[in-house]
Amino acid sequence: MSNVPTNLRYAKSHEWLKVEADGTATVGISDYAQSSLGDITYVQLPKVGTVLKAGEVFGVVESVKAASDLYAPVAGTVMAINAALDGAPETLNSAPYEGGWMLKLTLSDPSEATTLLAAAAYEQLLG
Amino acid sequence: MSELHRTPLRDFHAAHGARLVDFAGWEMPVQYRSILEEHKAVRRAAGLFDVSHMGEVDVRGPEAGKFLNYLVTNDVAKLYPGRVLYSPMCYPSGGVVDDLLVTMRGPDDYFVCINAGNVAKDLAWIREQSSPFAVTITDRSDDYALLAVQGPRAAEIVQSLTGAKLGLVQYYHVTEGTVAGIHCLISRTGYTGEDGFELYHAAGDAVALAEAVLAAGAPRGLELAGLGARDSLRLEAGYPLYGHEITQDISPLTAGLGWTVKLHKGADFIGRDALVAEKKNGAVNKVVFFKTGDRRIVRAETPVLGENGTIVGRVLSGTLSPLLNESIGSALVTVAAASEALVVDIRGTKLNLHLVKPPFVELKKAPQ
Repeated sequence: MSNVPTNLRYAKSHEWLKVEADGTATVGISDYAQSSLGDITYVQLPKVGTVLKAGEVFGVVESVKAASDLYAPVAGTVMAINAALDGAPETLNSAPYEGGWMLKLTLSDPSEATTLLAAAAYEQLLG
Repeated sequence: MSELHRTPLRDFHAAHGARLVDFAGWEMPVQYRSILEEHKAVRRAAGLFDVSHMGEVDVRGPEAGKFLNYLVTNDVAKLYPGRVLYSPMCYPSGGVVDDLLVTMRGPDDYFVCINAGNVAKDLAWIREQSSPFAVTITDRSDDYALLAVQGPRAAEIVQSLTGAKLGLVQYYHVTEGTVAGIHCLISRTGYTGEDGFELYHAAGDAVALAEAVLAAGAPRGLELAGLGARDSLRLEAGYPLYGHEITQDISPLTAGLGWTVKLHKGADFIGRDALVAEKKNGAVNKVVFFKTGDRRIVRAETPVLGENGTIVGRVLSGTLSPLLNESIGSALVTVAAASEALVVDIRGTKLNLHLVKPPFVELKKAPQ
């Protein structure tokens, strides 16, 4: 069974979004996504300052099995990236919601997060 | 989709948390916990692999040795009872039908292990070629299960379960005996580059044998290992995989397996004329092994570019070496380009291919 924390929002493409009180947000991939990918070997993230549209490809996550695109769940500007993933991409497998975070975004429209799935709906999607 | 074949260990794998996938029509464990961790466990201590999907064929009769020497490129006449030989089996074109292990069990009695995905094709080919010879070909694939125990502690683990004197069984040799009370053909062979054993046994005994090896091995660091680790281990060791480094279109000479092609073994064999010509005229392409110094995996079918950006070949296999922590692989490139700087483009990033003579890591094989 996948771990689906209830305080996060989820995209159908398996990214999670955590909206902070100050209107910024953190992005990563779900436990289901890391488990499906298997051993993660490489993560490619955008430069700080990149402006992302909702649904835009922001990077690539690669496992022994395959490389998969990462999609911005909402629109925003990249404030920070998790550079530690470069040397330790396996953190995505062990801690997808904590040490495996990928981006911090300044949201273009903080209300856009509500267009994403809540935990219960995401769990339903996973079946 | 037709139903997948299952080995006798399918439920054992599921109970141990395996991720089961379709491999060559078989429902097989690609990993249990982590491909990278299973790989490292095999290099550090030991791994247990279910390779019961492999095919087994008995070749018996007064002309069994003569027939096999005609069928394969390596020299079967060098075998004696208990000795194992690795060989490609070629088409008249010099392309490869399959690669296999031939074990001489006794006079006029040979045992051949073939790739799972090629069983039907190989059997048809072997039977067709055998018609002028006094031999009997019997498909034993359903009768046998096959467990591979691989790694520096494999001998210690298997020895704890058998009275057979494994110290006397050299690399590429077999002995018959019981392991955990189960009759086995104990073969000091493998596909990881480590010391280890492949245990051929009756399919009905597979679960009991797997449980016994796991129980004896776990305290010694043995882990269950899936086909994912099997593939990265074989690539790190520089071993070919049928369908990648050797195919119907890639001869053993092109693949760098010249040591398995005995053109002067004193007997004709299928593909000999083509291979003699390839050796004389020089091949157009060659298989090379590379590392990149980068973690991005260079996957099969990626085009390989030469000095001026033209395509000079393609990648055959690629993975991340868990020991080197960089991506490694093999490619088929033109002989002319093999001495040039080679590059691949991975999602817009150019990676240089640094050619390596495998193995990629130091291996400690069995006593020779």
